[in-house]
Amino acid sequence: MAQESSNSNWWIWKVFWILLVVTAVEVVLGIIKPPFLIETIILGTKLLNHIFIILTLVKAAYIVMVFMHLGHEVKGLRWVIIAPMFVLISYLLFILLVEGFSNYV
Amino acid sequence: MEQSVENKNPWGGNARPFAASYGKLMMWFFLMTDALTFSAFLASYGFSRFKYPEIWPVPEDVFTHFPFLHGDHPLLFVALMTFILIMSSVTMVLAVNYGHKMQKNKVILWMSLTIVGGAMFLGAQAWEWGHFIHGDRGGIDTKLENVVHVAEGEKLSSVYKLMDVDKYSDDSSLKYFGLNNLNSEMKEGFDQENLNTLIEQLKVKPEFNIRKANKEYLTNEQSVEYLQQHATKIIIGANLHNNEYGHQLFADYFFFITGFHGFHVFSGVIILIIILINVIKGTYEKRGHYEMVEKVGLYWHFVDLVWVFVFTFFYLV
Repeated sequence: MAQESSNSNWWIWKVFWILLVVTAVEVVLGIIKPPFLIETIILGTKLLNHIFIILTLVKAAYIVMVFMHLGHEVKGLRWVIIAPMFVLISYLLFILLVEGFSNYV
Repeated sequence: MEQSVENKNPWGGNARPFAASYGKLMMWFFLMTDALTFSAFLASYGFSRFKYPEIWPVPEDVFTHFPFLHGDHPLLFVALMTFILIMSSVTMVLAVNYGHKMQKNKVILWMSLTIVGGAMFLGAQAWEWGHFIHGDRGGIDTKLENVVHVAEGEKLSSVYKLMDVDKYSDDSSLKYFGLNNLNSEMKEGFDQENLNTLIEQLKVKPEFNIRKANKEYLTNEQSVEYLQQHATKIIIGANLHNNEYGHQLFADYFFFITGFHGFHVFSGVIILIIILINVIKGTYEKRGHYEMVEKVGLYWHFVDLVWVFVFTFFYLV
């Protein structure tokens, strides 16, 4: 944990500003809803929704890696936490959102 | 903190392969399983939403109010709630950081501010729930198992405006607001009476019309005919039986997901208070490290993390 040795807290505030700006961008996009982002459909949903999901994952990564210090844990612990999430959540989404509607097609 | 294990296989025993204490590891594993619970909630929300894509309520029509401000301000209040929670996450990191440096007074300061942030978030959520439960525009339930709304032209209006009823007065002509304890027979009588009044009003006020659940606006004559054929009752507010905003599942998910998250925030505030008392008593000063603050910090950041996802999938998408 290299950051502990330094006395300043600049890295905390850096992440704060990143989270704030990303949230502000999301809210502004949610209010003005640019037409071309809504009309473009990719993988069954609007391009705007993909942007929201990507921005959310960016925020989640900053919270988990910096605020929760996972980025500074040993590699093994990092993978033990992250790998099951990716595998199980992708599986859950596939079962519910893809297979769940297979009989409608 | 680390035991010295010279050139030994980390998995060979007598070592900490993850270089983390038992308590911290278990907190991580708990958070991972909790994250899966929330994922299941949000994924099933997505499932229901895609199952009823046409008639699902639009969040911007539902969450439009801001305390002390008039008119529609979609997203503004949830944005504020998000800001409060991110801010409290920052104060928590600062507390953990000063814990590492063994600065007791700064830990107390930043932990207290985190508790204040958590309490503010809970207050905001209580306001949001109150508003959601009491209702906004009112809706009309139909036999087609969806809810239609009163509109003026191409703009949403409200049941109250159409019926000339003061939303906040008790002796309005809208009898029974769905909240008092009438028996079912009396309810049905009132429901029918209120509905008939509404249709009569619609006939004499040509500027009003109906927006169908699929967001299609009818003309005034079509609206009257539509209601006479399909309408069953006026719905005011939302609970687990009725939902004026649209599909019933929307209200159910709202209560379950934001409620489950709110309960996490609530228990987080309680745990923070307990740990803060320990900090003030000097428990961790004596112990020689502030790892307990770090562990409750992990939980608190997780609560923030979940809100980031709830915010996206419930309010934005």
